[in-house]
Amino acid sequence: MINISTRNRILIALVCVLGLLYAAPNFFAKDTFSNWPSWLPGQQINLGLDLQGGSHLLLEVDTNTVIAERLSGVEDSVRRLLRSAKIKYKGLGVRNLAVVFSTRDPSLTENVETKLAEEFKASTLDQFGSPTREIYVEAAGDGSFSLTLTEEAVSARIDSTVAQSIEIIRRRIDETGTREPTIQRQGKERILVQLPGVDDPERIKKLLGKTAKLNFHMVDEVNSQSASLRGSVPPGSMLVPSEDAGPSGQPENVLVRKRVQVGGDRLVDAQATFQDNQPVVSFRFDTVGGRKFANTTKGNVGKRLAIVLDKKVISAPRVNEPILGGSGIISGSFSVQEAQDLALLLRAGALPAPITILEERTVGPGLGQDSIDAGQIASIIGLIFVLIYMILSYGIFGVMANIALFFNIALILALLSALQATLTLPGIAGIVLTIGMAVDANVLVFERIREETANGRTPISSVDSGYRRAITTIIDANLTTLIAAVLLFAFGSGPIKGFAVTLSIGILTSMFTAIMVTRLLIVLWLRRVRPIKLPI
Amino acid sequence: MKLLKLVPANTAFDFVGKRLLAFVMSGFLILASLGLFFTQGLNLGIDFLGGILIEIKTDGPADLGALRTKLGNLNLGDVTLQEFGAPNDVLIRVQKQDGGDSGQQAAIDAVKNALGDVVVEYRRTEFVGPTVGAELREAATWAVLMAIGAILMYVWFRFEWQFGVGAVIALVHDVITTIGLFSLIQLEFNLATVAAVLTIAGYSINDTVVVYDRVRENMRRYKKMPMAELLNNSLNQTLSRTTMTSVTTLLALVALYIFGGEVIRGFSIALIWGVIIGTYSSIWLAVPFLLYVRPRRGGEESEGEYSKAKAL
Repeated sequence: MINISTRNRILIALVCVLGLLYAAPNFFAKDTFSNWPSWLPGQQINLGLDLQGGSHLLLEVDTNTVIAERLSGVEDSVRRLLRSAKIKYKGLGVRNLAVVFSTRDPSLTENVETKLAEEFKASTLDQFGSPTREIYVEAAGDGSFSLTLTEEAVSARIDSTVAQSIEIIRRRIDETGTREPTIQRQGKERILVQLPGVDDPERIKKLLGKTAKLNFHMVDEVNSQSASLRGSVPPGSMLVPSEDAGPSGQPENVLVRKRVQVGGDRLVDAQATFQDNQPVVSFRFDTVGGRKFANTTKGNVGKRLAIVLDKKVISAPRVNEPILGGSGIISGSFSVQEAQDLALLLRAGALPAPITILEERTVGPGLGQDSIDAGQIASIIGLIFVLIYMILSYGIFGVMANIALFFNIALILALLSALQATLTLPGIAGIVLTIGMAVDANVLVFERIREETANGRTPISSVDSGYRRAITTIIDANLTTLIAAVLLFAFGSGPIKGFAVTLSIGILTSMFTAIMVTRLLIVLWLRRVRPIKLPI
Repeated sequence: MKLLKLVPANTAFDFVGKRLLAFVMSGFLILASLGLFFTQGLNLGIDFLGGILIEIKTDGPADLGALRTKLGNLNLGDVTLQEFGAPNDVLIRVQKQDGGDSGQQAAIDAVKNALGDVVVEYRRTEFVGPTVGAELREAATWAVLMAIGAILMYVWFRFEWQFGVGAVIALVHDVITTIGLFSLIQLEFNLATVAAVLTIAGYSINDTVVVYDRVRENMRRYKKMPMAELLNNSLNQTLSRTTMTSVTTLLALVALYIFGGEVIRGFSIALIWGVIIGTYSSIWLAVPFLLYVRPRRGGEESEGEYSKAKAL
């Protein structure tokens, strides 16, 4: 153990130098190294949101609504199909994620089954682009049918819904000017959004919480609204609550036609602007949407057109003249911020399904900076305590362990920078803990050397067998801690993962520095000083 | 220079002889911990219960009474306020709201609106919905169980099963008493605490393994020595290292406790406790336990292992 080949000496020195190089950028201002050649290490440690401030949001896409929508689409197709084939049916509806109905005449079962199979053959594509069956038709034989979505179809629909949601969320967040957001899918129907530097995410949360589905409906002015309010809504119309309170102080309900004249998916632009000193949102349709809008307004001059956003009527202005240019204005009682947000939402597009916020963790920049400062002070003071104690306990050997500890910290910082791992507040705690535990390997060796010296061995032989005997213990002891750290990483979330990362890195680097660096220092010292008695 | 030695060079403490004292004490600690856990329970944080936590900085020393009245009028159920580290720093906890995951955001809005102008800075806003809370609880339990299992496997693989069982007894003892401590002082038990518990598990086992290594070595070397004497010798030989490492780790942790800020104070307390109890349990539980299970005394002392180590 006291013979270290020149090659190994060079390797150890190289690792230490690289550690210093990679750790160094963290001690300078952020942009100091932006002009350096790219092959030089210039990366700083990635600070977690709890240190740099920012917001972590875990969202869930309500994919059930998408599945329900699709099933109700299937229900419509079945109804159309049966009607056009003049087949009498009963009990058509969606129950337990299946479209069910039965024919009045059980002898038609086979006929209907063929028709359904024809209607729903290969209506979806799998992930490789080849057609797969979307709908599974089950006939009981007594004329009752049950149509369910196949597992592949459900997961394909969930996948595309989540992917689309991510895209819309990204657009909305980008529009707010947040820099470097991270938006990624997590699990089946969750989306993780990380917004560094955002200290009050209320606006963004509001933006994300809105589906922003915009539709233009004609107001039903033929049927009596008051009759509908009492419960007799005519078929083809629906009651939609109004955004604003009516004269009575309660939100008014507006009776509108179910048919969508134009949808918000046809919008190409929307901007907040002013009209008569009121904030409004101007919008522009694409060609198709513009034509539809023109036709609608042409045919309905003098009638009211309801602008419905997320199942609420924003306003229902009267059409004074045909609007042919494909653009228009939404007025309502908006504040400037509300108009801007609505325009943003319309530009970014509607979410395919509603989103719920499952978890939020926001740290303001003040607390983040305080945590960094506190972490730094704790690390430095903890380090000083340990350094002094090691020298008091082991003298010159303590000095060598301290040099190794110094390189150990450099290596931790270097690895964190090079791997671009995220440093969190518990991560800093991990470093402090490592500072305390890092010397353990050295302590194990030194205590062995003490024992061997006490047994009357020569200095060189004491050091040699001290290392030999301590090394298995060091490995056993560290591997068990590493197991705990790896499990922490696997099960922990966010900041806790950060703790696991620094703890694991710390264990590995402390084994390296204790076994390699301290040993090299001691060997060099032994050869140079050739002590007759070890001062330990 | 006269070197500092907390533990003199040749100690001969009779640890094993006084083991009953330790067993009684540990038995008491464990029973008390379990008793506290089942009667008083843990002060679970929002990580596990779901709910809202908001830390604010106010423009002057906070008037907790006024804030409490203000927030109490919102009908959000249980709202607690607490000074957090400084007189103008307030921690607000709001219990989980009805209405599933979607019902929670409105409560955050309501609190922020009610607080209004007294707030200079929103230091933290944490919200955990009921779904995530339940998931985190499950994941945390699994992490602790898996860690204990994995450590047992490792020690079993490296030593004999008797050592594995002894190590896990000490480990479980440390974990249970840590939970007992949290129940006793009603310190918030959250995700960070679980991280601390797992670290304690790692530290405790680390300590135990070091002593066990020496026991195994002595068992190979002194085949005729009575087990109790051999265990005592092993403990005394490693005592200096055990204290040394505990002290350096404690030094770092005390620095973390004092200077690390309010947010990780609970975490530091758990770790400090863990180091103390982990050291205690390796000496007083893990090693004396071996007396009862009598691990097999192996063959001749093998040089093979050392040469293997040398190659590393």
